[in-house]
Amino acid sequence: MRAGGRGWWHTGLGVVFTALMLFPVYWMINVSFTRDQDMRRSPPNWFPVNGTLEGYREVLGRQLPYLATSMVVGLGTVALTLVVSAPAAYSLARLRPRGGGVLGFLLLVAQMIPGVIMAMGFYAIYLSTGVLNTVPGLILADSTLAVPFAVLIFTTFMSGIPEELTQAARVDGAGALRTFWSVVLPVSRNAVITVSLFAFLWAWSDFVFASTLDQGGDHQPITLGIYHYIGNNNQQWNAIMATAVIASIPATVLLVLAQRYVAAGVTAGAVKD
Amino acid sequence: MEHATRTPAPPPAGDRRERAPARGQGGVRRALTRRNRPGQWAAWAFLTPLVVYLLAFYAYPLYRNVELSLRDYTVRSFVRGDAPFTGLANYLKVVRDATFGPALWHTVVFTVVSLVFQFTIGLALAMFFTRRFRLSATLRALFLVPWLLPLIVSSSTWSWMLNSDSGVVNAVLGAVGLVPVHWLTSPDWALWSVTIANIWIGIPFNLVVLHSGLQAIPAQVHEAAEIDGATGWTRFRRVTFPLLRPVSAITLLLGLVYTLKVFDIIWIMTKGGPSGASTTLATWSYRLGFGNLLPAFGPGAAVGNLLIVIALVFGLVYIRVQRRQGTA
Repeated sequence: MRAGGRGWWHTGLGVVFTALMLFPVYWMINVSFTRDQDMRRSPPNWFPVNGTLEGYREVLGRQLPYLATSMVVGLGTVALTLVVSAPAAYSLARLRPRGGGVLGFLLLVAQMIPGVIMAMGFYAIYLSTGVLNTVPGLILADSTLAVPFAVLIFTTFMSGIPEELTQAARVDGAGALRTFWSVVLPVSRNAVITVSLFAFLWAWSDFVFASTLDQGGDHQPITLGIYHYIGNNNQQWNAIMATAVIASIPATVLLVLAQRYVAAGVTAGAVKD
Repeated sequence: MEHATRTPAPPPAGDRRERAPARGQGGVRRALTRRNRPGQWAAWAFLTPLVVYLLAFYAYPLYRNVELSLRDYTVRSFVRGDAPFTGLANYLKVVRDATFGPALWHTVVFTVVSLVFQFTIGLALAMFFTRRFRLSATLRALFLVPWLLPLIVSSSTWSWMLNSDSGVVNAVLGAVGLVPVHWLTSPDWALWSVTIANIWIGIPFNLVVLHSGLQAIPAQVHEAAEIDGATGWTRFRRVTFPLLRPVSAITLLLGLVYTLKVFDIIWIMTKGGPSGASTTLATWSYRLGFGNLLPAFGPGAAVGNLLIVIALVFGLVYIRVQRRQGTA
């Protein structure tokens, strides 16, 4: 910490940069409170004077089912991602399977396939198997956003667990399964949190799969809720932005509660579609 | 934060120095494991769910996608599955289409302009945040917000901000005496508008990765440069930037692969319009397959597969660069 005036000067500059960067976020919140009659004022209201909760009332009236669906899809994606990726990572990190290197390479490549293309393949499959427009179908598709990343995160983390720990378990007579379940998995708590956070966030934010595989579904996620909104009543921007604010809550909560895990995920070469 | 320094790609803070002893341990560990190897069957038993998953939910959709692109599908034959095999006809059709040239060009412009600005602004901010000052960590965390927001949220916010009549951007332009711009409805501006939104979304990623790269440069290097009389710009150009090159390469390549497949932002803001002015390969593929009343799955899949090839070329370059740095 530098002493005196110079440090404060930097803090001031930093606050200005951050404010500029976050202006769109502020604007979203501001518009969400703006009354319909003020929406097209020129110049616009810079602060929500004469603010209204009309937009939020709209959201609570119409968007709750969408939010619930997103919650289910998000949690389902987390569960599926963990079940598939954690055991595989344990194997890749500790059991040295033949061909493991090739698998790791394939996972890196898998991360680079554009979502639109996966969506088209899924559409063809779902149409013939009847999974189209269902929540499980969406969970399956969304998990493809997270699984390769999850395996990479778990593998790196599990490679770093001290050998003595797993050795001790083995001396006590634990098999590979027991070692994984009672030693490796509990120790990997941080990796589990990072993976769960990102899997949830990506599933919650997904638009490509939702708009292609759940277009006509009875249960649609919040991203489609907003999208229909933009299409249907172009005038009600306070309601649209109120929905956007509520859809941003998980991201904000994650950032506040789990900042260090988020930063770890980003530097891990995190993917965002 | 234990695992933050052990993350795979791009090599973050201090990894260079910490990696050498870690590798030594790895040798010992490998020897131990070999002696007590519980057998390949156990290893593969743990891998089975992943392998089945990859085959069913990666390989199979991709196979179906290739298959789509090689047949002449109509809505009816899509359901019945008896579309005639037409070889590369869809690819020829797509490449000869009047949309192909502009879409490819828009993809290049969108990607290159996005990368240049994301990287430059991200690096400048990363340099700024290497100084120690109050609130530094908190402000840096706040910078992550745009990156974490659902794309539909940021895209629709930008749509409203860039609205011709009531958008705040035009209000500001008007206040300083400039002519309002039809950001999203003019063919001259639509591509720039979606690029601006994409730059905004990509800055946090560049900032965080480059910041961790800068942290990894030992302080002594800077002190030595200072003693030699190198200051400010010279020190950055001659010392900092060359040392940051590996991390920069990884950041740019990852950014490239991810920008190539950007779809949500453009689709939500402009749907690729007006009259195709912001259509990229990704949005074109989507429009062919899902955007019309009469879906053209064959050509849509063909465009998508061309995009995969482009993304994979750069993806393989990325993996090569990363491997080389890992062994260097």
